[in-house]
Amino acid sequence: MEYSLDEVMETVRMTLYHNFDIRTVTLGINLKDCIDTDIGIFKSNVYNKVTEYGKRLVQEAGEIEDKYGIPIINKRVSVTPVSLIVESCKEDAPLEIAGALDMAARDANIDFIGGYGALVQKGMTRADSRLIDSLPEMLSSTERVCAFLNVASTVSGMNMDAIIKLGNILKDIASKTENGIGCTKFAVFSNAPEDNPFMAGAFHGVGEPDFSLNIGISGPGVVRSVVEKNRDCDLTGLSEVIKRTAFKITRAGELIGREQLQIWTYPSAS
Amino acid sequence: MPKDLVFITVIGKDQKGIIARISNAVFKHNINIEDLNQKVMDGYFVMTMLADMADSRASIGDIKKEFAEIEKQMDLNIQVQHENIFKAMHRV
Repeated sequence: MEYSLDEVMETVRMTLYHNFDIRTVTLGINLKDCIDTDIGIFKSNVYNKVTEYGKRLVQEAGEIEDKYGIPIINKRVSVTPVSLIVESCKEDAPLEIAGALDMAARDANIDFIGGYGALVQKGMTRADSRLIDSLPEMLSSTERVCAFLNVASTVSGMNMDAIIKLGNILKDIASKTENGIGCTKFAVFSNAPEDNPFMAGAFHGVGEPDFSLNIGISGPGVVRSVVEKNRDCDLTGLSEVIKRTAFKITRAGELIGREQLQIWTYPSAS
Repeated sequence: MPKDLVFITVIGKDQKGIIARISNAVFKHNINIEDLNQKVMDGYFVMTMLADMADSRASIGDIKKEFAEIEKQMDLNIQVQHENIFKAMHRV
């Protein structure tokens, strides 16, 4: 056999006893092609696109779970920052789009969908401002939509107007939702990266292609067990076994990501 | 035809008929056994079977369903995982 019994059992033990899993697969979806000045059409474009690809993500994740015996815990979607795509729409457009995103996430069985946010580190457009004002209502009326805001950067400094506004908004979010749960679905950044797959602050960056896929791995139980097994190691030896384990987990995550991409033949952007 | 290898791992209390039951289930789905290893580790019976599913019409999900019954009856833990995961984790 090409693999020793110990090698095979190491992998099996990780999944069986040490909670090794793929924490999340996050599909980034570009929504710029859904824009329409008619909010009805816009909403249905958003709903249809997210539902279609979200369903595929969930189904394929299930097939990969079966193939490798490694659970994939969360299936998530990130979308183009909503403030950017509602610029040409009427006032309540952000909330309408949030409704469509929430419904799509529920129908496709997506755990969380991120991207309801704006990048206002230097200043706010009208649409940005409207979106910020809508945050308390959005977070209390939807279930799975996550929001973000970038209010500062090293290059631009801090947007104090947005930060002052945000103080009240945060209080409103907390009081409008039970136990302040709405605040857990909202991330405020300084120096937000171009693209971010991490909930609650996830969004599909404008420099990204039509789709992107990110894999989050998890193995604290696995690392704990190797640390326990190597109690008498000195620190150099211990860092070595942790490094090896982290490498193996990461490689498994990479495999899952590549596999998911392989069965995912993106339609060409048209 | 290229091989489509999976590892079937069985962990549990040693008892009669484990290999017989597993082999039978595998044979039923036209899956070829390529290699077999067994030993007692930490007081448990451990068996790994490398099997080729290239000629089989069954999916890994189907095989798992088949094994679920054996798991229950014999109080075993049976894992089926595609070979690629072992390649990714143990070979650079």
